[in-house]
Amino acid sequence: MLAPVTHILGLTTILRERLLPVPGVVNVRLNQRVSASEVVAEARWSREHVLLDVARNLGVSSLAADRLIRCKVGDELAANTLVASGGGLFPREARTPREGRVVVVGGGRVLIEVGETNVELRAGLPGLVMQIVPERGVVIQTAGALIQGMWGNGRIETGMMVNLMEKPDSALEAGRLDVSLRGSVILAGMARDADILRAAAELPVRGLILSSLHPALLPLALQMRYPILVTDGFGKLPMNSAAYRLLTTNAKRETTVNAEMPDRYSGARPEVIIPLPVSVEPAQPNDVETFAPGQQVRMRAAPNFGMIASLVRLRPGLSTLPSGLRAPAADVRMEGGEEILVPLVNLEVVG
Amino acid sequence: MAVDVGATTTRAVLFDVVEGVYRFVSIGQASSTAEAPFKDIGLGVREAIEGVQAVTGRIFLDAERSLIVPTQPDGSGVDSFAATLSAGPAIRTAIVGLLTDVSMESARRLAETTYCRIVERLSLADHRRPEEQIDSLLRARPDLILLAGGTDGGASRSLQKMLDTVGLACYLIPSEKRPAVLFAGNNSLSEDVKKLMAELTPALRISPNVRPSLETEDLDPAMNELAQVFTGIRKGQARGVDELAAWSNGHLLPTSYAAGRMIRFMGSGAPGGVLGVDLGASAASVAVGMGGQFSLRTYPQFGLGENLAALLQTVALEDFTRWLSLDIHQNAVRDYLYQKSYHPSILPATPEDRVIAQAVTRQALCLAMRAAQKDFPIGMRSLRPDLLQSFDLIFASGAALTDGATPGQNLLLLLDAIQPIGRTQFMLDRAGLLPLLGVAAEMNHLLAVQALESGAFHNLGTTLSVTSAASYGTPVLQARLLYADRNEARLEVKQGSLEALPLALGQTARLSLQPLHRADVGFGPGRAQTITVDGGALGVVIDARGRPLQLPSDAVRRRELFKKWLWTLGG
Repeated sequence: MLAPVTHILGLTTILRERLLPVPGVVNVRLNQRVSASEVVAEARWSREHVLLDVARNLGVSSLAADRLIRCKVGDELAANTLVASGGGLFPREARTPREGRVVVVGGGRVLIEVGETNVELRAGLPGLVMQIVPERGVVIQTAGALIQGMWGNGRIETGMMVNLMEKPDSALEAGRLDVSLRGSVILAGMARDADILRAAAELPVRGLILSSLHPALLPLALQMRYPILVTDGFGKLPMNSAAYRLLTTNAKRETTVNAEMPDRYSGARPEVIIPLPVSVEPAQPNDVETFAPGQQVRMRAAPNFGMIASLVRLRPGLSTLPSGLRAPAADVRMEGGEEILVPLVNLEVVG
Repeated sequence: MAVDVGATTTRAVLFDVVEGVYRFVSIGQASSTAEAPFKDIGLGVREAIEGVQAVTGRIFLDAERSLIVPTQPDGSGVDSFAATLSAGPAIRTAIVGLLTDVSMESARRLAETTYCRIVERLSLADHRRPEEQIDSLLRARPDLILLAGGTDGGASRSLQKMLDTVGLACYLIPSEKRPAVLFAGNNSLSEDVKKLMAELTPALRISPNVRPSLETEDLDPAMNELAQVFTGIRKGQARGVDELAAWSNGHLLPTSYAAGRMIRFMGSGAPGGVLGVDLGASAASVAVGMGGQFSLRTYPQFGLGENLAALLQTVALEDFTRWLSLDIHQNAVRDYLYQKSYHPSILPATPEDRVIAQAVTRQALCLAMRAAQKDFPIGMRSLRPDLLQSFDLIFASGAALTDGATPGQNLLLLLDAIQPIGRTQFMLDRAGLLPLLGVAAEMNHLLAVQALESGAFHNLGTTLSVTSAASYGTPVLQARLLYADRNEARLEVKQGSLEALPLALGQTARLSLQPLHRADVGFGPGRAQTITVDGGALGVVIDARGRPLQLPSDAVRRRELFKKWLWTLGG
């Protein structure tokens, strides 16, 4: 059976595509080394439009209005620019209410893009530009540790990681976030209090890596301007042992928190990347595996949600679970040595 | 062979002629692979077909793992192939029409016949400036725009203005992201729509008007067009859909639409009506066929997958926890909803998680039924808005409804969530055959009819639901079941109780019903009746718990009752 994979790897080659949402200009060149905060591409983007109904303003037919319109598609117009004027002693006029670019002319109307903003795409991770995607972005390669999480608030930032976790089920208290942590990526445990997110914003921090987040804090987390990455889930969950070990042993290193919102269809996942020096390029991880004995797996559901285990054997056919349901299942050995039966759909391969 | 690609599971089903009639022969299942990292539904489809190969010992895939069609002289391959599809995100849909309670309502109902999520609405009642409407459409990023409005031959000017706005919005969207457009409005504007929109959308379809006149709604032709639009959009979203369409020679339909076909077919010969409910990870769907009338509703928002967490924004947590039969903290239920929305394929492995999963299933189905009831055609509505119309037959599909640990769990869940009245027979579609028969019927009517009658569905039994104003504990019904061997069973049913009389599958018996205190068992208040009933896994079940079902506010008492009811149905 095909298996979903979560990457929790001490050293691997990481290739990531970074693309603009709309066509723009790529600022870097092939094989260029970039820092995480470097702007690799940018685009001008208008999110608003103004529709000037010239025919109605001038009190003429659409055809007549089209003849009177003085601008054409692509023209950049300043605010209050005369777009058309009628005849007579007191001619009526149509002027642009705001600065913008003409995108459509016809039918006696002019549609103008206004409120243009600059969209900047940052590299997000330090590395080498391996590929240029024309007008859209780049593919960057780096080597280092990779820890994929379950949820992110859509932000990305890089900073030195400071560990505030004593054990996998540590809970973060707002009082522990003092001024010495300003500009750091904080490795914390469970967050169940809105004060934590606010205190982190006030410092500000460069990122929060949490084991779990109280679901009621999701709307606030989305408002935070620093990245928040949740490794294991919602509620009160300890950090899985594989992620905990890897993150805590890499404390004080430069860390990129790409708290990308998970998207099950595109495959986007939040992830922590810790670049590491290498002499030989390590192998790239597999995104797809088939369940097999000996694999390190992680529980995606109760009991033992989030815990790491080793797949001992795949059971043939369907097995009856403690819930009474029947499903393809495997025996897995927990880190404490206990063997339990788990449906395959509740497992993901860690690797 | 037919394949259904669901959000979490892909099923391949083989039908074959056994002793002169078509039978459901074998099923193979695999995890669906529409999502990352696979992003190719073909992987799951092949794995499911290989499952059928393993069971039957026959070969259906060649060395390149392509389907062998037609059957070869060596016996490998299949005669024909059809497929249904529900995997993938809900289709982001903008509906555009004129009057809010006329064409806009019809457009909404049309969108709800398949896996659409309405993300924007434009109508005459919309007082935003045209550019604000354009910006709003751009922000909504629709996959599909449904255009309705105007009666055939009626005024067209207002609709033309709407078309201008839609056309401008489509023009501004990058060509590779432009939405499909389905026009189902005033037919005299069809040519104008073609001229304006043909260059502005990758897929323009024109269907007969959903509102040919103010008084008439006709969704059928547009529903068929929308099913084609749906598969077209999916082709652009997921790898493997094109291949599935090629294997099936175009016989590829949305799952809910194909299942709806079968409900319509069965309902056409059943004046008492047939109800089909399907609850999967991608959506909940409710189909009703009664005489010549038909209604199909598909609700991605009530699916047991990625939309679950979002449900908490509109549904109180207590509405889920009220169905718990074990003492489980509500935080555990909330956390389950979030975990399940991020991992829709997970299964409840512990008894506690099963109870939570079944509570969530009950509430999701309840919500879907409530929403669908509002849109039932007039002839299908109950005289009391708080009650469901009675149905002769209820089909339940989707693992959450059919794969309970016991038949009793399945039936109690269905009774709680649907709350039927009168006499009903419950059938479980454990193999998910209904949609596959619905799409296969396009090629082979006989297969659909014969497979339907072949006993491939799991008969839970006959239920009689009593409506009564009597107080709790008052006797409301005397029942006498006379078996074919002349043995009999008698029962006095009290208000608030759930009772079961054994009647094995394949047996029939005569059931005499004598309502008390003007209770109604489906024949009118206080009216007695003797009927013939069919047996099933749970025999004959009499549900006198009240309609609508009122659960005690005390959680301990509620949990005791759930246990008692489940015990009555065999645990």
